[in-house]
Amino acid sequence: MMEIDIKELEKKFQLKIDKDIRIEPNDWMPDAYRKTLIRQISQHAHSEVVGMLPEGNWITRAPNLRRKAVLLAKVQDEAGHGLYLYSAAETLGADREQTIDDLHSGKAKYSSIFNYPTLSWADMGAVGWLVDGAAIMNQVPLCRCSYGPYARAMVRVCKEESFHQRQGFEIMTKLASGTSAQKEMAQDAFNRFWWPALMMFGPSDADSSHTEQSMRWKIKRHTNDELRQMFVDATVPQAELIGLTIPDQDLKWNTVKEGYDYGAINWDEFWQVVGGNGPCNKERVDARRKAKEDGKWVVEAAMAFAQKRSAKKSA
Amino acid sequence: MTKKEALYQYLLRMGDDSLILGQRLSELCGHGPILEEDIATTNISLDLIGQATLLLEYAGELADEPKTNDELAFLRIEKHYANALLVEQPNGNFGDTMMRQFLFDAYRKPLLEQLMQSVDKRLAGIAEKALKETKYHLRHSSEWVIRLGDGTQESHSKVQASLESLYRYAHELFFENEVDEILLNEGIIPAAKTLFPLWEKTVTEVLEMATMSLPKNNWKFQGGREGRHSEHMGFLLAEMQYMQRTYPNMEW
Repeated sequence: MMEIDIKELEKKFQLKIDKDIRIEPNDWMPDAYRKTLIRQISQHAHSEVVGMLPEGNWITRAPNLRRKAVLLAKVQDEAGHGLYLYSAAETLGADREQTIDDLHSGKAKYSSIFNYPTLSWADMGAVGWLVDGAAIMNQVPLCRCSYGPYARAMVRVCKEESFHQRQGFEIMTKLASGTSAQKEMAQDAFNRFWWPALMMFGPSDADSSHTEQSMRWKIKRHTNDELRQMFVDATVPQAELIGLTIPDQDLKWNTVKEGYDYGAINWDEFWQVVGGNGPCNKERVDARRKAKEDGKWVVEAAMAFAQKRSAKKSA
Repeated sequence: MTKKEALYQYLLRMGDDSLILGQRLSELCGHGPILEEDIATTNISLDLIGQATLLLEYAGELADEPKTNDELAFLRIEKHYANALLVEQPNGNFGDTMMRQFLFDAYRKPLLEQLMQSVDKRLAGIAEKALKETKYHLRHSSEWVIRLGDGTQESHSKVQASLESLYRYAHELFFENEVDEILLNEGIIPAAKTLFPLWEKTVTEVLEMATMSLPKNNWKFQGGREGRHSEHMGFLLAEMQYMQRTYPNMEW
């Protein structure tokens, strides 16, 4: 295609974006827009699927029947989110198996929070409340994302995530009003997940390589730091309400900005975890890889069977 | 044995079958061969835990000293669990998991169908709800047995090996003792002899479609219904009961 034509198409494309007209799979889009979305949506899908593991870790040890059922349902929802996010990525021409192989080879990333271990039952509360809470902050604006299939997937995801967040908070509330052992368990989980939850919004705006372009394309609607601030402001009063202490001595209300100032985030830790040195990076990816390798003969059998059946039909 | 005691025992058998199989399947959450299957397995586990919740709740009300379903699920000693040995067997490979499920579903479905006619209306109600779920479970497990049996050479030999190993546990599902005699006379439960031919028919038909053959080894393990479990059971319970044992008498 002539360069001049592409310029024209790009102009029309940006015009649609500016007018808040959704981009659909068959519409023309710049390669970089497509690539950015594939990267973001598949990362999001991987996060859902890898995110099943730290919570799956406690299903067999859930303390009662109701909690076991609720946790099972939550992890099942996450698998569902993974499925329709992989489908959304496929509408952009991404191959699902290739995308998954990129996760297994370490080429593709996922939310670094899932590289932290879940060490007690209270972690099921902390993960639901903080991790799903942070995910909602990120995802609610994505319901207005310029790419139609992603935006629509997010509407459904957000409904379920907000349910999960409430369930997580309910677990924490129960523990925080329980025995001293339970309170201690809740505070310990909160201490371990607070900072990694703040890191979930990604690097500071000054260090975020994708933000500016993504905002112009209306893939993103807020910067990482804006979202992080919203999360802190929403979560601190919830923690106070149930009597948990925020593990940040520098946290204080700022009357001028009408929000909380919070302490420095340990970005060294963040980059180490992103780079593979989190406590569970290896375990998480190994578990996903093993699931696929162990299931290879099953998939082959299903395909062979389907071929036999269609051969019988056409015979 | 009174009718009440018999019904308590019978509800434990059913509740424990659901609970222990649901627990086993929940171990697989996040580790399925494909994402669609992960969702299906988790869903079946969730159904079974739901059934266990209702059945053990009812059982708890009939116990000598009334107990909650959570107390029954998490705080009995091993020999007081009455599930069949089949459902406590480890997940093994995907073929083992599906074969275990299939042999169980093929028994559970006709049982629930007949329990809907029970003179015990509460049990009939639970059966009606569970039947809807179990029909789907049986369809799902049958389809996989057929796919694996009639898939590749590798899958055929794997799932045939699953059958050889698990078939020995299946007949215990039709175990009967005094409990059944009392409840049968009261019109509360169906007789095992009316269920067995239905189970056998499903198994024969599905295995035929799967191009598989019934094992020649006709040995029948039993013991679970009377509290004599396999070595696997203690580990399953240690994990499942961990929170309740470590932090006794707390609300969660």
